[in-house]
Amino acid sequence: MTQRLVVVGNGMAGARFVEDLLARGGGKRYRITIFGDEPYGNYNRILLSSVLAGSHDAEDIFINPLAWYDANGVKLHAGVRVAAIDTERKVVRGANGIDERYEKLVLATGSGPFVPPISGLRNEAGAFKEGAFVFRTLEDCNAIGQASERSRKAVVIGGGLLGLEAARGLLERGLEVHVVHLMDHLMELQLDAKGGAILQRTLEGMGLHIHLNKSTREVLGSPRVTGLRFEDGSALDCDLLVIAAGIRPNVALAREAGLLVERGIVIGDDLATPGDPDIYALGECAQHRGRTYGLVAPLWEQAQVLADRLSGRDPHAHYAGSKVSTKLKVMGVELAVMGTRERSGADEEIAYEDASRGIYKKLILRERRLVGSILLGDASAAPNLFQAFDREAEIAGDPAALLFPAAAEVKPRSVLDAPDSLQICNCNGVSKSAIIQAARRGCRSLKAVCDATRAGTGCGTCRRDVQTLLEGTLGQGGTAEDPSIHYYVPGVPLAKPDLIRTVKELGLHSVSSVFNALAEGKEDPASKPGLASLLKTVWGKDYEDERDARFINDRVHANIQRDGTFSVIPRIYGGVTTPAELRRIADVAERHQAKMVKITGGQRIDLLGIAKEKLPEVWRDLGMPSGHAYTKAFRTCKTCVGTDFCRYGVGDSTSLGIAIERRFQGIESPHKMKLATAGCPRNCSEATTKDLGAVAIEGGHWEVYVGGAAGSRVRKGDVLCVVESHEEVLRFMGRFMQYYREHAKYLERTYDFVERVGIDKLKAVLVKDEEGIVARLEAEIQAAVDAYQDPWEEALYPVHPQQFARALEPSREKEPAAELAEALP
Amino acid sequence: MNGSPMPLQRRIHNLGPVTRIPLGEGKVYEVAGRALAVFRTRQGMLHATQAACPHRGGPLADGVLGSGLVVCPLHGFKFDISTGSPVGNDCRALRTYRVELTSGGDMLLFLDEP
Ligand code: SRM
Ligand SMILES: Cc1cc2nc3c(=O)[nH]c(=O)nc-3n(C[C@H](O)[C@H](O)[C@H](O)COP(=O)(O)OP(=O)(O)OC[C@H]3O[C@@H](n4cnc5c(N)ncnc54)[C@H](O)[C@@H]3O)c2cc1C
Ligand code: SF4
Ligand code: FES
Repeated sequence: MTQRLVVVGNGMAGARFVEDLLARGGGKRYRITIFGDEPYGNYNRILLSSVLAGSHDAEDIFINPLAWYDANGVKLHAGVRVAAIDTERKVVRGANGIDERYEKLVLATGSGPFVPPISGLRNEAGAFKEGAFVFRTLEDCNAIGQASERSRKAVVIGGGLLGLEAARGLLERGLEVHVVHLMDHLMELQLDAKGGAILQRTLEGMGLHIHLNKSTREVLGSPRVTGLRFEDGSALDCDLLVIAAGIRPNVALAREAGLLVERGIVIGDDLATPGDPDIYALGECAQHRGRTYGLVAPLWEQAQVLADRLSGRDPHAHYAGSKVSTKLKVMGVELAVMGTRERSGADEEIAYEDASRGIYKKLILRERRLVGSILLGDASAAPNLFQAFDREAEIAGDPAALLFPAAAEVKPRSVLDAPDSLQICNCNGVSKSAIIQAARRGCRSLKAVCDATRAGTGCGTCRRDVQTLLEGTLGQGGTAEDPSIHYYVPGVPLAKPDLIRTVKELGLHSVSSVFNALAEGKEDPASKPGLASLLKTVWGKDYEDERDARFINDRVHANIQRDGTFSVIPRIYGGVTTPAELRRIADVAERHQAKMVKITGGQRIDLLGIAKEKLPEVWRDLGMPSGHAYTKAFRTCKTCVGTDFCRYGVGDSTSLGIAIERRFQGIESPHKMKLATAGCPRNCSEATTKDLGAVAIEGGHWEVYVGGAAGSRVRKGDVLCVVESHEEVLRFMGRFMQYYREHAKYLERTYDFVERVGIDKLKAVLVKDEEGIVARLEAEIQAAVDAYQDPWEEALYPVHPQQFARALEPSREKEPAAELAEALP
Repeated sequence: MNGSPMPLQRRIHNLGPVTRIPLGEGKVYEVAGRALAVFRTRQGMLHATQAACPHRGGPLADGVLGSGLVVCPLHGFKFDISTGSPVGNDCRALRTYRVELTSGGDMLLFLDEP
């Protein structure tokens, strides 16, 4: 039975909640009706300041046009204000007399502008005098825009985010603009006094006039505004007045309906009102654990939680409040703030200021954890700080370093400032303008843009830039989250832990059985290799191998080349070979006319240009095991000459590397694992930038690194632990590998995985064994080691007579075909 | 006669037992001077298309199949294997051919010559 769900408020929270609900299949459970006071589909309120400034047209900021509601079976009463709620009869009454019954009701009425009591603001009819405005809706924005054409000098009351945004718009329109602020510095909700002063200097440099500590007593002029008089007796003339002095949650409707209302509509962690479990509230109108919010990030979280609950995807989802961290642009000045603004008690504070360039940065640490930060004028450190703040992780080393991200990680300029012709995706040659066009044509999620343009589908490094462009084009609130990004593979709607649980519960041993049981039989080709990898990890020996689920490389155990031939890289443990082995490789290369013989970057030898049907012969002649250079698995362990030969060596890196490679060769994983061991911190084998690495240090110790990278991204690994022996290195590496196999998303390299999980968590689980799973991890990795089989043995025992069938080489005879000619009249 | 003109000559080639193609995979055949990829889906359908990917000549028979599509192993372009149409890219459509299964389990390929 479908239930009736009514949403009051078609703003950023209400509409986003409905989108999230639909994305979770909620359209099947509910008939959805939305009332919106504003007479259109929903739009991105954040971009109103850009509309006022003239950099966006009003049409550009619509998120969902009216047609979207129709297409999704959502009934919208656009331009209809809800006048009353009868909670007894469960009916909502529109101001136009329309009644809608509900089983579930969601209040998302947002806020309205707070207008301080100022005499002379209104005319006899009680309306604002001509030339006076508030700034909240598209209608306000249009009205201010029109009035600005007839005005010269504007005053904005309010020096917070909203007031400064209004001021920016008016300044762009060529007016003389004054900001009048009650407090003794600007943006006191986000900034401390120092930051406020630096911002003020920057803004004054742009031509803004700022008046602090001024309380407005009276609006002068009639019927038009001509000026203001302040409590201190001074006056300021103007012909345009914008009041942006704060917001007040819209709660009258809820209060009249008898719901509990304090500053906002009171809700619990389930987002329901305490008095009536069928009524929920979210967005700026809601008050949760004593707090109301005035930025979009928290309400995105609320919308997701409520959608999870009501769709049944997670009926127990709960909202625990938001840690507010935001990145804003105030009149074009970057600002990122999180947590507390001022230190208290024994807090440590680190501040940096460069007033001449308008830069101010401050960190507040409590017991070595980041509890607050302000970055003004340069927010390049924001991603790292947000992470440290969210995770509440202990800050290792000098915290001041956090303020200045390593030079290599700072993009010189944002892609947003780059010319339209700039190539963003260097793998597929996709330009900035192609991405922006796709976003304008309706691709609202990263995945949708990537699917439509092919950007980001190669090495993936450009995906961050694509996301930035998407947000820059649609605004922060205009982008949508594609639910499939949380899925392990796009074709099966489950995240990795849920998928593993379900696969185990239902006993699904093959890829086709997963599609049949969990995807209505629809076999998504892009999802097959990922599922094959996961099932192999889950079931080990009991995995039911279906070769068609594999990418060609994994069907024939070699890497396909641009001309359809393959490369053959045999395993050379630790990069150490012998003259006899080299001779054999040379013979094979000659006999089979390898097109090239090359020393690889992984310390081994590559025979390139081998035809598919020749692979078994080449392997047999080599008599060496596969180097797995074609698959998502343990690849190599590079070594250096270590204590045996090098005059600096402090640890035997060569035999350690060989032992590692012998133990873990071929172990499947979500993405490739490349390792190295170094005999001293000079790090000649680049062990600190491998997926796993071991570096010998003085005193007989080994540092074990995880999550390093030196491919499309460069990242120094994190030290997981420092140990004393080769055996211990093997043990901790094994634990990490198994944990990575179980918890990483498909195609998530260790460098992303370690960053996502965090090194503190990894240490807790893998070194301190806080979850008590280490014994199991060790048993599982041992089972995987024991199950190792050299895939090149399929040279002798092919899984199918056609496994190495000739691929495309049209010049040669193919499978002979008997011919039956049929003459037609 | 109306509609499309009838082919002048139809040649039917026996490609041999369907089990030559591993379930859910494709295989290259050369017939009358043309290279074809023949696909055998897990649902038991047979489809034949030109063997070379129109993008940069990738071996389509080595691609992964699913939902009626083949994914080229070189750069991941997708094509509908029953109609040949490109999906999500603007390459030329693949040429397609009719294949049928005999009651004895052999694959018959139909080539129409003008
Ligand atoms: C053969 C080799 C280059 C060489 O001539 O030296 C090579 C060749 C390829 N690399 Fe590599 N990589 C080779 C060492 C490296 C290294 C260096 C290393 O292993 O120490 C790196 C940097 C370390 C790393 O892995 O991050 C490297 C980073 C990549 C990447 C980027 C991975 C990343 O996440 O940043 C890719 C693309 C990918 O994995 O999606 C890639 C992918 C490829 C592929 C497999 C592309 C493909 O799918 O066809 C190339 C196969 C060419 C071919 O036709 O056979 N290759 N590649 C090296 C083989 C090493 C080996 O013995 O196994
Ligand atoms: C100019 C401006 C710039 C901003 N910039 C930023 C920024 O950079 N970053 C940031 O995070 N946040 C910013 N914000 C704040 C952000 O826009 C709000 O947090 C967000 O819009 C709140 O969403 P909401 O759905 O709760 O309220 P709203 O978006 O206000 O939606 C509420 C809707 O409910 C309707 N409604 C109210 N009562 C009724 C009723 N009885 N019947 C029917 N409909 C009703 C209203 O008409 C409105 O459409 C900005 C806001 C403004 C105005
Ligand atoms: S071998 Fe590696 S770096 Fe060279 S072209 Fe191929 S993927 Fe790029
Ligand atoms: S050759 Fe087929 S996708 Fe490039």
